[in-house]
Amino acid sequence: MEGRQSAWRIYRESLPILVVSLAGGIFAGSVLGSEGMSEGFERFPGMLLLLPAFLATRGNVYGALGARISSGLHQGMIDPEFSWDRRLVNAVAASFINGIGVSVFIAVLSWGILQVLGRESARLIELISIMVVSGVLTSTTLIFGLLTLVFASYEYGLDPDNLIGPIVTTLGDFFGVVFLFIALTVAEVIF
Amino acid sequence: MAAADADDALDTWTISHIVGTMFPILIGLSVLEMGSGYVLEKLQATYLGNPTLLVLVPVMIGMGGNLGAILSSRLSTRLHLGVLEFDVRDEVLWTNMLAILGLAATVFSALGVAAWVVGQLIAEPMALSELLLISISSGMSLAVIAIGLSLAATYVSYTRGLDPDDTTIPVVTNLCDILGVVVLSGVAIVVLN
Repeated sequence: MEGRQSAWRIYRESLPILVVSLAGGIFAGSVLGSEGMSEGFERFPGMLLLLPAFLATRGNVYGALGARISSGLHQGMIDPEFSWDRRLVNAVAASFINGIGVSVFIAVLSWGILQVLGRESARLIELISIMVVSGVLTSTTLIFGLLTLVFASYEYGLDPDNLIGPIVTTLGDFFGVVFLFIALTVAEVIF
Repeated sequence: MAAADADDALDTWTISHIVGTMFPILIGLSVLEMGSGYVLEKLQATYLGNPTLLVLVPVMIGMGGNLGAILSSRLSTRLHLGVLEFDVRDEVLWTNMLAILGLAATVFSALGVAAWVVGQLIAEPMALSELLLISISSGMSLAVIAIGLSLAATYVSYTRGLDPDDTTIPVVTNLCDILGVVVLSGVAIVVLN
């Protein structure tokens, strides 16, 4: 009986965060399931292959940035504001390099796998362009969105550690697929 | 002394340090994620023929990791406090698992209904019963996998004296993320054929 009550408590405490994440995921899924996106996937073979890597690595890049900024704030190493502080600039620059670098890497990897398997593939330049456009847009939005929200929550006396996970997931789901859609649309016009 | 400390602290905030530690991990994860991608690509006809299935994909990629993270961090806190027991009679262990299964049942039922609504609005409609069956069976399988991986990873941390917060939780969440699409695809094929 006691066990059942504490299971209920864990359930109630965890559900709100999962519902936020669910909402972000359903939005992302609706964009993925839309006609324009399906056409893009058909037009550029290789996009489905790199999709899980594109969706999943963002959490690692920006989650790590969030954790670093949060520790830095707690330790008084950085101030909760946008400035040309050396540490902040380094952390932001490194996240850009990681985020865009891994986007290019997955484009090349996906193309390479299809070549080795002898399957139909979009041209390498097409996959790289789509990943660079969506990578640059996603990195810029997520880095500045994340910092703004982390700084604001810190100033309001909230512990950013508890907020970074949900912030990264929700921003990432929302903007990741929207920018992927934009990049695919741009690529369809150019190529 | 203070100046030396400040220098040390700045060392971990250099671009080369951050990129040098993170990038190899990102490369490794991307390679593993290609496993999920391969399944999507292989089943391209199924997914593009039933775009409503794509609505499930982001949640399947993220939710396994979320469930694994909740359970792992709860187990890891108990490990740090020295009150974790790996014993089938440990009631707290069962309580945590029950909560995770309840959360999964709620979230994946809601996902099935939401995907059906989205299908009606923008994608090719699929039957509600089919979507619920696919979403709930793959979601519950994923929850069981997340529980198994969390227990195994916490047990390894426990026996090896590793800090689960740094080591096993990222491994569990990423593995669950990768397996999400694989489980979804397996279930979708069985249900649709």
